[in-house]
Amino acid sequence: MSKLAIFDYGAGNLFSLESSMRKNGAKQVSIIRDMDTLDEFDGLVLPGVGNFDPAIISLEPFRRTLEKASVTGTPILGICLGMEMFLERSEEGKLNGLKLLKGYVKMLDKKKVKVPHIGWNNLNITNSSSKLLSGVPNESWVYFVHSYRIVSQEKEITMASTEYGTKFPVVIEKGNVFGTQFHPEKSGAIGEKIIRNFIGVCIKSK
Amino acid sequence: MTLAKRIIPCLDVDAGNVVKGVHFSDVRIAGDPVSFAKKYTHEGADEIVFLDINASHEGREALKTVIKEVARVINIPFTVGGGIRSLHDTREILLSGADKVSINTAAVKNPELVSQLMNLFGKQCVVVAMDVKRHYISHSTEKASYWFEVRIFGGREGTGIEAIGWAKSVEKLGAGEILLTSIDTDGTENGYDLELIRAIGRAVRIPVIASGGCGSQEHILEVFRRTDVEAALAASIFHYEKATVNSVKQYLKDNGINVRI
Repeated sequence: MSKLAIFDYGAGNLFSLESSMRKNGAKQVSIIRDMDTLDEFDGLVLPGVGNFDPAIISLEPFRRTLEKASVTGTPILGICLGMEMFLERSEEGKLNGLKLLKGYVKMLDKKKVKVPHIGWNNLNITNSSSKLLSGVPNESWVYFVHSYRIVSQEKEITMASTEYGTKFPVVIEKGNVFGTQFHPEKSGAIGEKIIRNFIGVCIKSK
Repeated sequence: MTLAKRIIPCLDVDAGNVVKGVHFSDVRIAGDPVSFAKKYTHEGADEIVFLDINASHEGREALKTVIKEVARVINIPFTVGGGIRSLHDTREILLSGADKVSINTAAVKNPELVSQLMNLFGKQCVVVAMDVKRHYISHSTEKASYWFEVRIFGGREGTGIEAIGWAKSVEKLGAGEILLTSIDTDGTENGYDLELIRAIGRAVRIPVIASGGCGSQEHILEVFRRTDVEAALAASIFHYEKATVNSVKQYLKDNGINVRI
């Protein structure tokens, strides 16, 4: 059984993520607005549409639950903003991040490149034992829409990076915590492979 | 490698049918949006834009049912424009399955809306569409002089707003991208409006999508070689099967343009 939950910050399109999860092996997908029943799910997705502070506010009551899940229990996938919130703080907002990962979120360099970074760019896979990237060829194209990037203080969690103005981590994995800077639900067949891999992780963890 | 240049087929939709107009009028019906979207995705389109061309004029909302159907069949990004006036409209469009909204008339009438959308949904969701036409001060064949005017309501109404300044304003307000259509070249199939595209491209630091005038793959190569736009939008060359998205991308790649294949 693969029962997944997508957290809704109230900010946008969860439809494509939800249909992508269903199409790629999730038996059940629920949109949730609190984490009271998180234990009933095999995996949690923090989606990638919205703004840092409003999204953090909607997650504020569940910090402890997420901390717990990151160590034991339910795997969490953060997409774009969802991943950025794992860090300690962000230049996009004033509030503290979820602090599941060490480091911060920085704006892309407007002097060097156009911001937002919108479009298809390549994955440079740096860790071949990545669970999310199992079966994904190096230099695969994935779809980005973001203005911020993560600066991680834990080098070993980076599985792949991308270059746009500078090189930055775009796939991270640490225990139960998974993140992509790009949008797998919008990245064609490669994105679907990554989603299937995450659902595979969720099934195994139970 | 670096960011790929995007090829974006555009579906102009009116009452559930894909249409393609010449100079924003003389609309001809060309087919069903869902099958077009599916076909383009399979052929390697980088994104799809879906414009409800009469929504703004007639006060109709974009056709949400069609959006849902289109969103279900594709796994690439998807922008919807036409008749989006408020936060409420935007949320409804996004919840129907769109990744971004494109606003045009509403941005001119109520610039604050751009900031509000950005704050709530993030700037990656907000595309400001600009329909631009040369406004002639003198038609003299020796020295024609003109400025670029922003037009609204599907090109039917002038605003008196100068386009380059407007592009800078929408960037400041928080737009994530500009979808730039030249009314002078739209539907002519004689090539993109390079002069306009360069002028806007130089004025802003957000991605610009070129639109209006594409009649062949050579026009797409030309716009990528001679301007610094991130993306080219085209409708008729794909609708009427003069070219496939695949064949255009292969042609661009053979000519040294970085595209996703």
